[in-house]
Amino acid sequence: MVIDCKHVWEYISGYLDNNLEASERNEVQKHLEHCEICSAILDSTRNILILTADERVFELPLGFSERLHARLDEEMQRIA
Amino acid sequence: MVDNPQVVDEAQIISAIVRGETHLFHDLIRPHERSVYGMVFSLLQNEADAEDAAQEAFLKAFRNLSKFRAESKFSTWLISIALNEARSKLRQKKAMKIESLDAGSEEDGHVSPAILRDWREVPYEALERKEVRQMIQLALADLPGIYREIFLLRDVEELSVNESAEALGISVASVKVRLHRARMMLQKTLAPQLKQVNPKRRWFPWL
Repeated sequence: MVIDCKHVWEYISGYLDNNLEASERNEVQKHLEHCEICSAILDSTRNILILTADERVFELPLGFSERLHARLDEEMQRIA
Repeated sequence: MVDNPQVVDEAQIISAIVRGETHLFHDLIRPHERSVYGMVFSLLQNEADAEDAAQEAFLKAFRNLSKFRAESKFSTWLISIALNEARSKLRQKKAMKIESLDAGSEEDGHVSPAILRDWREVPYEALERKEVRQMIQLALADLPGIYREIFLLRDVEELSVNESAEALGISVASVKVRLHRARMMLQKTLAPQLKQVNPKRRWFPWL
């Protein structure tokens, strides 16, 4: 079975998570070897996942920690 | 038994807190502050609401710590509390909301990715640039609620497929379908933008 690009796109997420059936994985792999477009889609998706998971994407607001721990202290004193 | 305070693990800290050493809760949560905040901020899209929801989540975790069961990870438990806190805040502010959490049914067809001829890796250092961080935040904000939630749990907070299914109260199959669409939607939005970012500055000054 030879699969086309659109078919490969449906497998990208599973491919990245390594949870495709062996036969599906092989087909995708074979396709990727000769298809620049699908390779670029796979590479860009993988790259985007790495970037979005980086903790620098979300900065804590200034003073967030201080306010949080002060509130927790109040709670601890309340129940003490 | 050797008692080495250097290797006191999370489970021991938790039982000490439950026994009354409440001040240890401060140390327990410090490593999780940023991820809890990032999670609720992505869902609420507003700093003040996110800070409120994050504080509430940590307070709830503190009050309910005795109910925490060691078979799950503390971080996973905490993220589930934060998710629920953010969801209930969204419900209160009917405005933003329901529409965004419900948008996009399971039946919506597939999502086509952005077509590119090649891809040049965007390195971590790009995140030092505010415009790049904002690009990512906006793309996340644009995802319909059900896709944003699964993406945050699975790809940002790194919960397993099963843990994500449990946190969201959906099936493992739905997790996979939603996650796939979320990733493709992000690729579709972000890949063309990130590709433009590259040439503005040379990542490898020696080239």
